[in-house]
Amino acid sequence: MAVYEHDVLVIGGGLAGMRAALRAQELGADVAMVSKVHPVRSHSNAAQGGINGPGLGEGGGPWEEHFFETTKASDYLGDQDAIEILAREGGKEVLQCEHWGVVFSRKDDGQMAVRRFGGMGKARTFFVGAITGQAILHVLYEQLMKPAVHDAMRMYEEWFVTSLIVDEGVCRGAVAMNIRTGELHAITAKATIIATGGLGRVYEPSTNALICTGDGIAQAYRAGAPIMDMEMVQIHPTTLKGSGVLITEGARGEGAYLLNKDGERFMEKYAPKMMELASRDVVSRAEQMEIDAGRAVDGCVYLDMRHLGEDVIKEKLEEIYEIARDLVNIDIAKELLPVLPGVHYIMGGVKTDIDGLTPMPGLYSAGEAACVSVHGANRVGANSLLDTLVFGRRAAEHAVPWMQGKTFKPIPESVVENDRKMIRGILDRPTNGDRVAKIRRDMGVSMSANVGLFRSPDKLVAQQGELKTLRERYDKVGVEDKGSVFNTDLLFHIELGYMLDCADMIATSAIERKESRGAHTRLDFPNRDDENWLKHIVLTKQPDGSEKMTYIPVTITEFQPEERKY
Amino acid sequence: MKVKLKVKRSNPETGDSSYSKYEIETENSVTLLDALIQVREYEDGTLALRCSCRSAICGSCSMRVDGRARLACRAKVIALTRDNPEHEIVVEPMGNMPVIKDLVNDMESFWSKMRQVDPYIKPEGPTPEAEFRVPNEAMIDLTHVMNCIMCGACVSDCTVLEVDKNFIAPAALAKAYRATADPRDDHEHDRLEKLSEYGGIWDCTRCNMCVEVCPKGVAPMNRIMQLREMALEAGIKGNAGARHTGIFTKSIEDGGRLNEIWMVPGSVGMFNVPRMMKEMPGALKMLRAGKLPIGQVIPPGFPGSHKMHGMDRVRNVVRKSASLKPVKAEVKAHDA
Repeated sequence: MAVYEHDVLVIGGGLAGMRAALRAQELGADVAMVSKVHPVRSHSNAAQGGINGPGLGEGGGPWEEHFFETTKASDYLGDQDAIEILAREGGKEVLQCEHWGVVFSRKDDGQMAVRRFGGMGKARTFFVGAITGQAILHVLYEQLMKPAVHDAMRMYEEWFVTSLIVDEGVCRGAVAMNIRTGELHAITAKATIIATGGLGRVYEPSTNALICTGDGIAQAYRAGAPIMDMEMVQIHPTTLKGSGVLITEGARGEGAYLLNKDGERFMEKYAPKMMELASRDVVSRAEQMEIDAGRAVDGCVYLDMRHLGEDVIKEKLEEIYEIARDLVNIDIAKELLPVLPGVHYIMGGVKTDIDGLTPMPGLYSAGEAACVSVHGANRVGANSLLDTLVFGRRAAEHAVPWMQGKTFKPIPESVVENDRKMIRGILDRPTNGDRVAKIRRDMGVSMSANVGLFRSPDKLVAQQGELKTLRERYDKVGVEDKGSVFNTDLLFHIELGYMLDCADMIATSAIERKESRGAHTRLDFPNRDDENWLKHIVLTKQPDGSEKMTYIPVTITEFQPEERKY
Repeated sequence: MKVKLKVKRSNPETGDSSYSKYEIETENSVTLLDALIQVREYEDGTLALRCSCRSAICGSCSMRVDGRARLACRAKVIALTRDNPEHEIVVEPMGNMPVIKDLVNDMESFWSKMRQVDPYIKPEGPTPEAEFRVPNEAMIDLTHVMNCIMCGACVSDCTVLEVDKNFIAPAALAKAYRATADPRDDHEHDRLEKLSEYGGIWDCTRCNMCVEVCPKGVAPMNRIMQLREMALEAGIKGNAGARHTGIFTKSIEDGGRLNEIWMVPGSVGMFNVPRMMKEMPGALKMLRAGKLPIGQVIPPGFPGSHKMHGMDRVRNVVRKSASLKPVKAEVKAHDA
């Protein structure tokens, strides 16, 4: 065991984490990055369709339009000071990616091409085929492989964070397990940036990768940092039945239709102007209403891409072509693809200001784990990648000058003792017939049933009871693998604990918000209620273990809330 | 359906190495990854494997399946069993890389080789105010290479790497193509020079294995061949690989067939006596087998060298194939 010391510790190796690490190092800090998977395995890969680039050339369009459309899509829950920054600085980040080598698709004149995305008035989304996230993630990792960067940055690759270190109210790094040895170490830092991504696996099914277990959000919560907007879970309109695998919005951006079983383009009834490209919450609700009304086949509506032609499909939607072929044996150039709404993204997360700083000194957050809030009650497609880059960079730009010149007292080795005991406890527990996987599945399925697209008070309350039962089972369940090396059995156990914390916060906030706004639809309160609910719900764990709920007003600078129509 | 799995296990803590057999009931539509996850979650929690996205974009779950490197999430169980419910799917960790535990490989050598090729673009001159203006065809070509998810399947099954650890291997060479062929990069020549050294593009034996196992259609070997052509075009010929290609082509152009007598001297260098001595035992064997026809003792291109019948047609073929070279995209303007 050892205590490692750094200036800045970035937790998470996805886009937000890498952007923060690169910038912090550029600013002269001694940077460490800890990630439970190799950085290129991160879930940023999954963003298929594109990245908005407000203000970038002709294609990106005026940043003010993006500012407004993002605010409107957020159902006015997004903080407008933060959204303005996203819109003003977004184009610059996309340009930086291009200069680093991202192979953005081009127009005939060699300028970057754009496609249309939902919730946006016109085409302003830059893209790399249907692998935009992957292309950007890999190019940022290319930057990390530069000798000057690689040699100076400490990569704790395949290290798993078990808790944050908090000393006298200041975050001082994290305790982490080297997955290859099973040893726990303290990685101390003057500033810590949580960039651990989302929590989609709290639901079953979900578009999210198996690693998206809300680790950072739960760690921050346990450390006493406030967590905001957790009721805002985005349901994506087009996912595959069963596996929940994502079919990019880019497909509709390229012109795909949504059809019900009668072959009707049903979006006409719900969003006559924007049709399939209305905001995600609007499209998902419309699909579910069609499904509930019996105008579905096998619980699915159809995504129709046949009229796009094989050339467009092969060039711009190759990834989707392959996914459909390999996973459901469908040729999208010739056949209809059955899709249904599925859990995709958490708008809420660790509460930060516009510099990624949480109310806890030394603790920052960026990307999906964070809630700045730029997405409010509903995130616009192609804004997630942008969010990671803009606020990953800004977190580093605040953290580095903040920590410079500060001295902290050393953290003793004993800081890992609690986590060691926790792990010992799990390993020593007998396997009692129950299984981590069973509890996780019961959690996911019940969350989907009770805290999904349409929410009712009885189901929400029932889910709180269910979560209590699951927690009791969790406290008793053991693991089979008692070894030290690459013990994934143990990691899944700890991850389930993180997910249960997140599930609790989602359910609690969903019960509290007595209105319908963005992704949060309450059957008993079908309308938006600006008078009472134009505010964020914030949950903070108290030193005595209890939970405190507070409200924070939404920051409104430019756009007064108005009725949202697409 | 019933699925039978035979999984290679290794436990570094006990030193044990063996195969575990599992038999599970699954739906017909599952992938091998689904099956392995089912085993891990409901049969045997000690089984270690990497996986994350379930849709072939994160590159975590490559392993050897019935002897071939595959992404477990891309392999349908029903296709693997080929309608034979008794078929036991053999699952092992990737080759050419050490094993940490069970199906988990240590990929450090993969990444260090990746770093070895300077896998990022290096534009010179002032950074443009807007984007680099580049042709879409170049970006689409590079997108196919960026499609690489670094899963390691090609490295696992690379037959050259198996015998020579110095070979940079397919994935990193494909990445080298990505940087070299990017019209925004300004170091094509020195990259190609470096890639022409020992362990680089000329050490590939064109066995095609990397093309076959790549789950993303990156076709690494084809990228290596493109790099070779770019190197030759750039005049980087001072190496055995380029010389071999030279004498090979010259021999065909001149006489219509391979001149085995002059291949070795032509490849290693006419005055490389120590190297030629090394090849002598092989040469003698070939001579005894009648594979060094004495009628071809005059080097290709010299008066009196051997010519086969129908040379006009051969020259036609050579000319046509030369015109098939891929055109490398150029930067239109550096700033716009």
